Amino acid sequence: MGELEIEKHTQFIMSVEKKKDFDSMVMEHLRMSGAYWGLTTLDLMGKLDAVNREEVVSWVLQCQHDCGGFSGNVGHDPHILYTLSAIQILALLDKLDTIDADKISAYIVGLQQEDGSFAGDEWGEIDTRFSYCAVCCLSILHRLDKIDVGKAISYVASCKNFDGGFGCTPGGESHAGQIFCCVSAFAISGALTHVDRDLLGWWLCERQVKSGGLNGRPEKLADVCYSWWVLSSLTIIERVHWIDKEKLKTFILDCQDKEHGGISDRPDDAVDVFHTFFGIAGLSLLEYPGLKPIDPAYALPVHVVDRLFFGQPH
Amino acid sequence: MSSSDDEEDEQEEVRVPLSQRPEWSDVEPIPQDDGPNPVVSIAYTDEFRETMDYFRAVFAADERSPRALELTAEVIHLNAGNYTVWHFRRLILESLQSDLRDEMKFFELVANKGNHKNYQIWHHRRWVAEKLGTIAATSELQFTQEVLSLDAKNYHAWSHRQELSSHIIFMAQWALQALGGWENELEYCRELLEVDILNNSAWNQRYFVITKSPFLGGLPAMRDSEVSFCTNAIIENPDNESPWRFLRGLYKGDNEAFVNDPAISKVCICVLEKNKNCVFALSLLLDLLCYGFQPTPDLNRILSTWGFSGSESDQKYANLVCLILEKVDPMRARYWIWRRDSLPSHVC
Repeated sequence: MGELEIEKHTQFIMSVEKKKDFDSMVMEHLRMSGAYWGLTTLDLMGKLDAVNREEVVSWVLQCQHDCGGFSGNVGHDPHILYTLSAIQILALLDKLDTIDADKISAYIVGLQQEDGSFAGDEWGEIDTRFSYCAVCCLSILHRLDKIDVGKAISYVASCKNFDGGFGCTPGGESHAGQIFCCVSAFAISGALTHVDRDLLGWWLCERQVKSGGLNGRPEKLADVCYSWWVLSSLTIIERVHWIDKEKLKTFILDCQDKEHGGISDRPDDAVDVFHTFFGIAGLSLLEYPGLKPIDPAYALPVHVVDRLFFGQPH
Repeated sequence: MSSSDDEEDEQEEVRVPLSQRPEWSDVEPIPQDDGPNPVVSIAYTDEFRETMDYFRAVFAADERSPRALELTAEVIHLNAGNYTVWHFRRLILESLQSDLRDEMKFFELVANKGNHKNYQIWHHRRWVAEKLGTIAATSELQFTQEVLSLDAKNYHAWSHRQELSSHIIFMAQWALQALGGWENELEYCRELLEVDILNNSAWNQRYFVITKSPFLGGLPAMRDSEVSFCTNAIIENPDNESPWRFLRGLYKGDNEAFVNDPAISKVCICVLEKNKNCVFALSLLLDLLCYGFQPTPDLNRILSTWGFSGSESDQKYANLVCLILEKVDPMRARYWIWRRDSLPSHVC
């Protein structure tokens, strides 16, 4: 079995921040999420000191709008996805004192619909991903009570399917990414009773295919990002031992580009920072030596979550 | 929008830079401002840079004109993931009170470039369809069908279909019934499953239709025919996860009916007779035993191939099935061990 190439991955992430190519160009609107993936991965590997925190914070703050929401990059419109990524970055860097939590809360509260669901922005797309963003973000800001949590949870619960999984909207096909969002939203709100742990746990462990990797729904290909979404869900419902951890570890390590750094969706494909984050976050949940532990619901290093809720100095 | 159409049609046509187009001569383009010490410095191709510079200008000026609308189309062609451009496009469409049926033509150009997994396009489509109402219903269902013919598991397409079904039924039940909407949807699922019985999305949609349709009678009315459909699919391909789950879903919350339906045990035994290692069949059998299923001579026969003598008490069946599963599905051994440890007292 291979080893995790921490130095190479560090170099890869740092180079992504500086890259001048077409891929960077077309992804510039989601730079906030890209930064969250890159920075969190660096911290898990113990390499966050390589980054200039002041520069990052300054850029993040430039992305905040008058309404309180954050955009994916300068010059873009606010959206709940990038608001969460921004807050996660500031939490990671211990710079939550730079923002007005009430203002951000008001933005998110304004996105809650009558039925408890959340829109992504003023244009009204509804998805359980946004329910997770709302709950996670407000919890980090210690303002979860500002929304109607009961309604938020009952909307998410209405997205439960016959197989125990969850989709993007009621009746939507169960999908590991959506399941992560729903289960995490329940966990953060103290509402895990809505999850049928045994049924869902079995659905999730059936995602493991022969190669040891995990897919996102039946009869689809394994992909490293599911190492996070399936694994974190299993961890939250305390059934992560139902998969073969060693085989999954091997699969993730095989997806590394050992020469240039970075991790791809499956072995021998092109790497990107998205899959690098999810692969390393997955390895952290598998307790791979040398990585800091990560919180499965907040998707932030445990020491950051401890600092948020228990005031531990770092 | 029309000039964009022309440019798409004539593949050899060279793009005229915006700086050389007379209709844009009054606009001062705004370059990307990455700040003095950019976290992200990005180099652009000339075309992309210029298009974005002009977009920034109209965006900053909040210009909601036909030329601005065309410009958003150019940006979208270059980068359909840029959600801010889509927002601005919607603002312009609203301000100009554009005929949104023209927007459908625009989609054809963008979607055909392989952007079928792009969240922004689907959301914009949904926004347009909701504004147009039932007149868009048929074309939207048609469109999702086209996408699904290329990628039968496209999550966005299925989600769009479900939204349409739910929205349409709210808007005009009579219209949908006239169109044969829900029955057609069930038939559509059957067709897709004929093409690929492993398509989990189609199975999910099938469940959605039989439970949500106000015209089919609901799950109890549909159960027998669905069990039959399901068990046939299982026999055809026993290693297909979806119908096994679907079968359990048909009896959700009604374990007694589940145990008492002879079709359920029959399909397990039928599959195990051909392949005693089939994990899904063994797993379903385990569930039946846990809910109180009494072993039949057929089941005895199957289990005897595993070295089970049949002389031991009935209560050891479930335990044995768990042991078999640990052996044939080692990847999930810990799950099967847990099942064995959690067997109800009446079966262990």
